[in-house]
Amino acid sequence: MDLEYLKKSPLEKFYFNFKNFFKRLPSSFAAFFKAIPKKLMKIWLAFTGIFVNIGTAAKKGDWKTRTSFAVMGFGFICRKQYLRGILYLAFELLFVLYMVFFGWKYLVKMGSLGEIACLEEWDDALGVFTYKFYDNSLLILLYSLLTIFIMVAFVYVWYQNVKGNFLSQQFEEAHIRLATSKDDIRSYADQNYHKTLLSIPILGLVVFTVLPLFFMVFIAFTNYDKAHMPPHELFSWTGADNFVTVLGGGVSANSKIFAYTFGEVLLWTIVWAFFATFTNYILGMVVAILINKKGVRFKKLWRTILVMTIAIPQFVSLMFMSQLLADQGLINNLLLKWGVIDKAIPFLTDGTAARITVIFVNIWIGIPYSMLICTGILMNIPQDLYESARMDGAGPVTAYMKITLPYMLHVTMPYLITQFIGNLNNFNVIFLLTGGNPSSLDMQFAGKTDLLITWLYKLTVSESQYGIASVIGIFTFAVVAVFSLILYNRSKSVKNEEEFM
Amino acid sequence: MKKYRSKKGAEKLSLALIYTVLTIISVIWLLPFLMLIILSFRGEQAGMSADYLFPRQWSFDNYIKLFTETKFLNWYGNTMLVSVVVTVVQTIIVLVTSYALSRLRFKMRKPLMNVMLILGMFPGFLSMTAVYFVLKEINLTQNLFGLILVYSASSAMQYYICKGFFDTIPKSLDEAARIDGASRHTVFFKIILPLAKPIIIYTILTAFIAPWGEYMFSSFIMLGNPDKFTVAVGMKSWLDNSTMASEYFTIFCAAAVVVSIPITALFIWLQRYYVEGVTGGSVKG
Repeated sequence: MDLEYLKKSPLEKFYFNFKNFFKRLPSSFAAFFKAIPKKLMKIWLAFTGIFVNIGTAAKKGDWKTRTSFAVMGFGFICRKQYLRGILYLAFELLFVLYMVFFGWKYLVKMGSLGEIACLEEWDDALGVFTYKFYDNSLLILLYSLLTIFIMVAFVYVWYQNVKGNFLSQQFEEAHIRLATSKDDIRSYADQNYHKTLLSIPILGLVVFTVLPLFFMVFIAFTNYDKAHMPPHELFSWTGADNFVTVLGGGVSANSKIFAYTFGEVLLWTIVWAFFATFTNYILGMVVAILINKKGVRFKKLWRTILVMTIAIPQFVSLMFMSQLLADQGLINNLLLKWGVIDKAIPFLTDGTAARITVIFVNIWIGIPYSMLICTGILMNIPQDLYESARMDGAGPVTAYMKITLPYMLHVTMPYLITQFIGNLNNFNVIFLLTGGNPSSLDMQFAGKTDLLITWLYKLTVSESQYGIASVIGIFTFAVVAVFSLILYNRSKSVKNEEEFM
Repeated sequence: MKKYRSKKGAEKLSLALIYTVLTIISVIWLLPFLMLIILSFRGEQAGMSADYLFPRQWSFDNYIKLFTETKFLNWYGNTMLVSVVVTVVQTIIVLVTSYALSRLRFKMRKPLMNVMLILGMFPGFLSMTAVYFVLKEINLTQNLFGLILVYSASSAMQYYICKGFFDTIPKSLDEAARIDGASRHTVFFKIILPLAKPIIIYTILTAFIAPWGEYMFSSFIMLGNPDKFTVAVGMKSWLDNSTMASEYFTIFCAAAVVVSIPITALFIWLQRYYVEGVTGGSVKG
């Protein structure tokens, strides 16, 4: 079989791999699930390892180490590792203060998300009724999540403290010199340099991406919407109701429409991503080949003309296009005047037409970019391949199908994948061009060209349907994750088979 | 002999064909921008129903109105401020993260990269909504500082292309320096950074351009406060309904020209680095 495989042309190999991937899909899924128990075992071992470490430290530790269980960093301070000790101690104090004065009162309300939102009360001093605010569901959820994050961090630091103190004790017993505060500081420019470099980026990531994501996932299980808006109203846990609504199992009439809209939008999102990616890629490659062809002059001029269009901010070209292509836009007016058409073409106002327009405008926007990428790679294809192909009597089309395309696909697979994933979430092109319109009566807050991401935007910004929007966001993640998993797997399988040529 | 000549003829024909196609393509790509520039000089108020391209009356009125009667200058300043700050923060974070992930080996390296990959699959707007609630609580919505925070906070996730570049710098350089007693800190500043000029410029360029075209986050954060709009949000607000659009259309064109000129110039100046970054980043898996 191996020999047969090697005999195939690159394009046939591509098909072969492609077919095989789908053939192998069930078994690779099975392998994935079979690997789960093993992974769980590994995690369990690591987990129990923690307790074993703590146990040994408790059993074999001297009084300094044991005191460190309660007073963090105590052992370090006794062993003259002052900097470490003081930092641990300070962290513990801060944590206790945080929990007592702040974290605790939010954490206890997490189950109910608040009892009373606000009351009208008589203000004696002013002589009027004023609103007095009590529980704010939003803040309760947010701060209790934050508290849980901090508690997890504390447990981690506490564990490090126990381990570190015990290690220092063992070092002392073995008469190995302990790291002094000076050594510690120096290590942050060397052995521990990654901690110095990554602490701020990761902190930013946790505070502005991870924590908010957890928050929004929790919001998906509440009824947070226009009618339940803190601080005047409370919102509360509603279980999986929002998921049921979006998937069409809800009792309300809305639910059916939501499910229909979700199906429509999802389908269009995938269709769009597919066409937007491949039209750009193929056409961009064709343009690059034309410019690169031997004998064509002014190569730099042609390239610069196209590259200049990348430089102009995309939002400018998109908004300008949306004006030109409007029903009363310049293009329709000109065509009407010249008598080419006798009725305005609904570029952006008819469902199907708008979808086609969007893809075409995207081609216009995207080709220069893919041309740029293809140009560099095209120059790297060994020219003797073409020479020998011509000797064998292959025309330009055959040469393209048998040499250029397979080579390009092989080399630019990662680019194609990121493009595809990016197009699934391509907000700008859709929103600035059509705004997701034309709107449709049988869809809930969505139009014919809305992608999941623009629908999510509308549900959040103009409809304040936060609960439902979170569900859509989670589904969007699922779609992107599934496609990434499939595509990355594929590209890996290609890479591992053999390098091209 | 005859065959040879016909082959040459065919080649000439195909070249002619290619030139025609390239010319048509160039026209298609340039025409809208020419139209944009021409429309920005239209002196008369013709509204949206105009059925001609060339102005009856060439004038600078749109540009004068743009700077005197609209908030454009304000928006331009906002965007510039945000861009510059975000560029500085993001460049530092991206460089630092890339170096750590490319050169340093620690236990959490692989898990960290996997987590960032997964985080990248969530629509950014989702976490954005939560950040918006928080910013609202601490009164940072409708505030440029809030926007800067949002743009630069998740910069670490853009490490990919830069790390790819660092990976191509030979490891033997670091090792030689380490043998001479240099710390990892010294290696980063004295060896890697001086070699990373192309990728630094690429990072700066992309970071600087991004806020100019970003609409989703800035429109959400600045909702309802026209003084704090960025250019993209402000210019879109002119076109939101058709009555406004017909009045502001030519001013929009003028604004588009003003926004495009510096960015295009910057881009063409640094084109080489951009192309290097894009092509380099797209091939490495």
